[in-house]
Amino acid sequence: METVSVAPVEIERPESSEAPFAVTEPDVPWVTLVHNDPVNLMSYVTYVFQAYFGYSKDKAHKLMLDVHHKGRATVSSGSREEMERDVQAMHGYGLWATLSQDR
Amino acid sequence: MAGHFEPLAGGGAAVALDEVEVSILRSLAVQLLELIGPGDGHGPEDADPLARLFAEGPSEPPADPALARLFPDAYGEPGVPQDVEQRAHAAEFRRYTENDLRDRKRDDALAVVRSLDALTVGGDRGAVLRLSPEECRRWLGALNDLRLTIGTRLEVTEEDDGEAFLRLPDEDPRKPMVMAYLWLGGLQETLVEALMS
Repeated sequence: METVSVAPVEIERPESSEAPFAVTEPDVPWVTLVHNDPVNLMSYVTYVFQAYFGYSKDKAHKLMLDVHHKGRATVSSGSREEMERDVQAMHGYGLWATLSQDR
Repeated sequence: MAGHFEPLAGGGAAVALDEVEVSILRSLAVQLLELIGPGDGHGPEDADPLARLFAEGPSEPPADPALARLFPDAYGEPGVPQDVEQRAHAAEFRRYTENDLRDRKRDDALAVVRSLDALTVGGDRGAVLRLSPEECRRWLGALNDLRLTIGTRLEVTEEDDGEAFLRLPDEDPRKPMVMAYLWLGGLQETLVEALMS
């Protein structure tokens, strides 16, 4: 599934032998993704989004539905360090979370 | 209010439990503690806080599927093989976070055991367990970890709703675990409701 990026981060990279792999771009934000799993209760996932991120009930509920129906949702974005903190917190709550660069 | 939490005035939640329920919950929490383990070579006897601070955690995901679900990789796509970079990042993240995560999950399970031990269950009348808001949060974590563990053992899938599980014949060896799983789900669901009310 493709995430919808909110920032115009599609950069045309020239074909170059110097950059055979995608290079980590310092300016490109990182995101925390929460993945669907068959065990976590929908109400609990909503509760976690409210309790940890301080999201409104509506926003938390919408993100939970995205996780449930689309398989995953982007729940926060920021620096890599911030996203590692969020992922660690999500793991503490028992949610299945990963971070990646929002390309 | 058998089998479900109700909010308490002023925060917190309460649930009525009989002797059998207390004993099942306690036994499950102790099993969870045993599964999580004392930490990477850090028994309670050598829990030097300074050494603990600098101790590195493991870099590989746990081999046990239930533990792997409790302590998942932070990089990579579920169900997709990681590339070299993701594997390296996941290993580094794990080294610096897994011990703390194990501590938290252990503390949550211990909080459950302690509050059950503090309960006086009078014969067949049962008892009402009252939890502070802080205890509620620990219980919520432990109930979720228990359901993740049992759900992994039962290989629960998206299609497994309670209905299909309830139709399992009594002689099915999974039946007791399934009943525990559904019961814990009810406890957790009502505890979430109590906290959000």
